[in-house]
Amino acid sequence: MKDMKGSAPRSATRRQILQAGGAFVLAFTIPGCDRGGPRERPAESAVGAATGRDTGEVAGLNPNAFIRIDREGIVTLVMHKVEMGQGTFTSIPMLIAEELEVDLSRVKLEQAPADDALYADPILGGQITGASTSVRGAWEPLRRAGAAARMVLIEAAAQEWGVDADSCVARNGTVTHPETGRALDYGQLVDAAAKLSPPSVVPLKEPADFKLIGKVHKRLDSPAKVNGSAKFGIDARLPDMRIATVAASPVPGGKLKSTEDAAALGVKGVRQVLKLENAVAVVADHMWSARQGLAALAPTWFDGPHAQLTTAAIVAEMDAASNKEGAVARDDGDARQTITGSQRNLQAIYQMPFLAHATMEPMNCTVHVRPDACEIWCGTQVPAMAQDIAAKITGLPLEKVQVHNHYIGGGFGRRLEVDYVAQAVAFAKQMKEPLKVVWTREEDIQHCIFRPYYYDRLAASLDEKGMPSAWSHRITGSSIMARYAPNLVKEGVDPDAVEGARDLQYGIPNIRVEYVRHEPPFATAFWRGVGATHNVWVVESFLDELAAAAKKDPVDYRRALLSDVPRLRAVLELAASKAGWGKPLRSSSDRRFGRGISAQFVFGTYMAQVAEVSVGKDGDVRLERVVCAVDCGHAVNPDTIVAQIEGGVVFGASAVLWNEITFDRGRVQQSNFFDYRIMRINEMPRVEVHIIPSTESPGGIGEPGCSAIAPAITNAVFAATGKRIRKLPINAEGLRTA
Amino acid sequence: MLTLNINGESHALDVSEDMPLLWVLRDVVGLTGTKFGCGISMCGACTVHIDGEPIRSCVTPVVAVAGKRIVTIEALEHDPVGKSVQEAWRELDVVQCGYCQSGQIMSATALLRTNQKPSDADIDAAMAGNLCRCGTYGRIRSAIKLAGTRVTSV
Repeated sequence: MKDMKGSAPRSATRRQILQAGGAFVLAFTIPGCDRGGPRERPAESAVGAATGRDTGEVAGLNPNAFIRIDREGIVTLVMHKVEMGQGTFTSIPMLIAEELEVDLSRVKLEQAPADDALYADPILGGQITGASTSVRGAWEPLRRAGAAARMVLIEAAAQEWGVDADSCVARNGTVTHPETGRALDYGQLVDAAAKLSPPSVVPLKEPADFKLIGKVHKRLDSPAKVNGSAKFGIDARLPDMRIATVAASPVPGGKLKSTEDAAALGVKGVRQVLKLENAVAVVADHMWSARQGLAALAPTWFDGPHAQLTTAAIVAEMDAASNKEGAVARDDGDARQTITGSQRNLQAIYQMPFLAHATMEPMNCTVHVRPDACEIWCGTQVPAMAQDIAAKITGLPLEKVQVHNHYIGGGFGRRLEVDYVAQAVAFAKQMKEPLKVVWTREEDIQHCIFRPYYYDRLAASLDEKGMPSAWSHRITGSSIMARYAPNLVKEGVDPDAVEGARDLQYGIPNIRVEYVRHEPPFATAFWRGVGATHNVWVVESFLDELAAAAKKDPVDYRRALLSDVPRLRAVLELAASKAGWGKPLRSSSDRRFGRGISAQFVFGTYMAQVAEVSVGKDGDVRLERVVCAVDCGHAVNPDTIVAQIEGGVVFGASAVLWNEITFDRGRVQQSNFFDYRIMRINEMPRVEVHIIPSTESPGGIGEPGCSAIAPAITNAVFAATGKRIRKLPINAEGLRTA
Repeated sequence: MLTLNINGESHALDVSEDMPLLWVLRDVVGLTGTKFGCGISMCGACTVHIDGEPIRSCVTPVVAVAGKRIVTIEALEHDPVGKSVQEAWRELDVVQCGYCQSGQIMSATALLRTNQKPSDADIDAAMAGNLCRCGTYGRIRSAIKLAGTRVTSV
């Protein structure tokens, strides 16, 4: 696979495509992915024309299509999603190749340019890679794209030979006519195929006929990622490029007060000092000079109104806010009345901290602003948003801003934000040369857009058998959606903030879920597992409390409440069985052992996890083993599913065990991996993944593994120690016995 | 002026003696396979070999490696052990985002040069300095063991 390269903006792209690869290109677009917008077109235009010369407007030719085949038979798949480790650069080509009948190892992948109208995710409504949607959204439209292309190529061959299309077969990039043994490669057919009308009906293969889907396929991005040739945004290098590192106000809302410019400019290799109202950059020949220059610059700040901000103050405000009634997200029966009238009820408050994403690749962005155009090199989950913000900052029209997207060195929601792009553009606008802005790790942790703090009030009542008769859940937290996609906030309910809570799967007759919006004085952002990472922990922990109060086994208790959700019950039972639930655990004189379970239906995927933990005398919690059962519908690339669950477990476990962002005197107290601790190889649990075979449409897989692990761990800690964890990260002091 | 031997090639460079090797490699020489992660030798993304030993290039002043043999991920395929490690990595599909993997592979190669049958404890000791945010550790462990079997048979 070649390095990813964004194409030029749409007007120029067509020209480039037409001149590329012998100038003959067959292009297809996907009506299913082309959601809304002025350029939505009927299915008839699904197949584009090909032409030997640039005739200007070519009817139906869609330059930003998903599939291109040139005269040499080279198939280029344009990736509308970005690869950030989740394997989408393998699974999406698998979907297309399955129906197109081409050898996956011979296709070229190309990163789509920024284009919200053409490359919008059908679920998310924008050119966004996030929320575990890539395969879910592409499942049908991209298979149909492959099938439509194959049908047109077959038709072209059939006409050439004067035979019935049904008597021809496409395999491995070649159309053959078995009766006569004739064969034509796709490349030989593109001219003829381009003149044909597209099929109006595009049937898809039956799952039983799949050759690629459902089989383990090696990642297409692996070779470049093991030899150092894979290019991430931070690896961008351009002629005359300068490198800058930055400091932004350490206090939210603060402003730049003073700098020692002469000292910074005195550092060898430093070229320039650039300033914004709330940030400063030192521009140099390389990062080392830039860092030294920034130290010499010694910026000071007007801290502003949040100079005394502390986490404790934010939480006290949230506690007060959580006493007020919230927007009602779900109201089945009469939960409050039932709880008030019950003799047997429980209450609890659960709290989750602010979190940083701490991607291994620190935030960075390279920008070249010229009088008539702006080019951006970076890794982003939202190229069209990056394009949009750059157009606003430079004052250039949208089509003059070109985004070259790259491999992403960890997204996890951080690169759904374009703050780092906006900042780099604002600095680069002050220069002639291309500017690469690289944040230090400290800047990356402290100026992350954090996952919200959540403060949840839970209450429930139990019936005479100990089963829940009512459930009340009031969530207090900031609304990411109100900033990010305000049209999705309906009647005061942020769908992300209540995800995994509003759609509680357990059969409880009275359920009330409320949302109280409370904003800290800074923006908050999505984090791997989004709303589910918060609510699944809270819901599955509190349900475990109910089981314990009823003196019932946590697996039996859940099973009894899931009679109407067979797929969820099936993963619950499978995980418990594979984990040896109920069987004795190891024991030792210095560690306490316990098992905990979680079950969830989020991102269209059913999952249960059993965690085994051990707790030392000093309260340290070790995650020993995780057994996961998953039903994510059709497993497109099973090994990617396993990998995503392994990774989700590690990501979620680091947060449960260690991670929090705290504020004192307005400043973030953490700064690097020594105080924002990430799980290491010696702390890695054994992870076993069991996939339930299914022919249902695929569910998401990038995030469920991360949301399921937190309650499995804390429920296991309860089993081991009798201590219920209601605040994350786990406080080892509270578990100490010696 | 310092002379560095990087991947078998000699480079005469006008850089400060205290400049960390990482930035010399990435920003001066243009070898971007070695990554910046933390700047304080806590994540291992910047691991390269100096005379065969793994070091964190983000905290190694370039003057300390002048005249020594510097090998980065870009040249690792010319090393039989490194090549085996890269093959095992591909075979087991270790990578996810891939950003930390140059460093992981450099550390793993150094381990297998001296110990072709590492125990889990040996792997922990050699690899605990290399962070992976995507959580590929299970596969890293398996790939090291797989590569070890092939190094032995070389």
